[in-house]
Amino acid sequence: MSKETDFFLRRLHSLLGVIPVGLFVAQHLVINHFATRGEEAFNNASNFMGNLPFVFFLEWFIIYIPLMFHAFYGVYIAFSAKYNVGNYGTFRNWMFTLQRFTGVFLVIFIAWHVYETRIQKALGTEVDFNMMADILSNPLMLVFYIVGVLSATFHLANGLWSFCVTWGLAQSPNSQKIVSYITIIVFLVLSVIGVQALLAFV
Amino acid sequence: MSEQQTATAQKTVVFDIQRQDTATSSSYTERFEIPYRPNMNVISALMEIRRNPVNAKGEKTTPVNWDMNCLEEVCGACSMVINGRPRQSCTALVDQLTQPIKLEPMRTFPVVRDLIVDREFMFDSLKRIKAWVPIDGTYDLGEGPRMPERKRQWAYELSKCMTCGVCLEACPNVNDKTNFMGPALMSQVRLFNAHPTGAMNKDERLATVMADGGITECGNSQNCVVACPKGIPLTTSIGAIGRATTIQMFKNFFGSDHQVD
Repeated sequence: MSKETDFFLRRLHSLLGVIPVGLFVAQHLVINHFATRGEEAFNNASNFMGNLPFVFFLEWFIIYIPLMFHAFYGVYIAFSAKYNVGNYGTFRNWMFTLQRFTGVFLVIFIAWHVYETRIQKALGTEVDFNMMADILSNPLMLVFYIVGVLSATFHLANGLWSFCVTWGLAQSPNSQKIVSYITIIVFLVLSVIGVQALLAFV
Repeated sequence: MSEQQTATAQKTVVFDIQRQDTATSSSYTERFEIPYRPNMNVISALMEIRRNPVNAKGEKTTPVNWDMNCLEEVCGACSMVINGRPRQSCTALVDQLTQPIKLEPMRTFPVVRDLIVDREFMFDSLKRIKAWVPIDGTYDLGEGPRMPERKRQWAYELSKCMTCGVCLEACPNVNDKTNFMGPALMSQVRLFNAHPTGAMNKDERLATVMADGGITECGNSQNCVVACPKGIPLTTSIGAIGRATTIQMFKNFFGSDHQVD
């Protein structure tokens, strides 16, 4: 890799994690929450999202391309660190480690999730409430999905923190602590929304 | 000799020292048991081993090699990993350490012999970032701009960096898979860019940390600020360089016709 591109790729990775990928994750979890209002409400919301104008363009440019770049560059980042929480068991070092572990897990989880839903839809299966209820009727899958959703909300919330630090928005230890508290709230709120939606299918 | 002194003389200190005979040979751990003296530090214990190089099994061995200079935690030469954490061995007091005391070289750097490492990487990086205030010209340039006293006091804290390498050893992102120059160097860029004369070349320093091995290699584990023996606000410096490079990036992209200010 040439010299300056590293800086731009890493900053692009940081930016894409928030916009559009982070926004998409939040929106996805909120739409999922329609499941708590019953099968019909979820199917209506799902149909609305699946039939947006320019949906092909939106899917590729807002989801797939940014997500794939973020995922694959992120795997490279995760495997270029030498983890040392054993010697430095501080909060931030744990967050650093978990950010990379959840990231790698999310690549696996999202690949599986896309295969089970979007690719099946492309092959002609109907993506609706029943499909998810069917998948989540398996207790192992339910656990896999809950861990997946919690990994995603953690990765997003903690990623927001490091976004603020990386771009120089939060410099002083105090401002970084305040951003920590805000992102903890983001994590909790999105986690509740995401897990409630999952449990609504069971 | 009184009974108390006899008891003190019999008390021992146990060290497990990771040794390596040459830069390329493999490492091994050797245990030493040396007589305890009050107020010992790791260096005085190493001196004791040097005086009588016999390991815990009673076998004669080569004296342990280590690096040292000032003995008052301002030079950084005697840095090593003590019980898992990098620090200066001159201020590592035996009474405050759990035994057996484990000594290892800082393996982030190439090991020369035993506990001696080659920190050349850091000195080369200091050259890369131009960690100096350029004052030379073909004629007398006269006095530079004055530095406000309060700023000087603040900058003094950053200038306490002794290039010891402890923050690089503690950083998960300084390793052989990355070219990251390390937290200390990011702070040095901030220090020299804060100096009124040094600031005349600030875009050059920022360009260096926006290249390979620069600021983006930081993953914000924030171990550096915990590890730094001089209490330098390394993560604040990293945040400041993050902000400065963000601004510089937009400046470069949108094309200013000048670089400084």
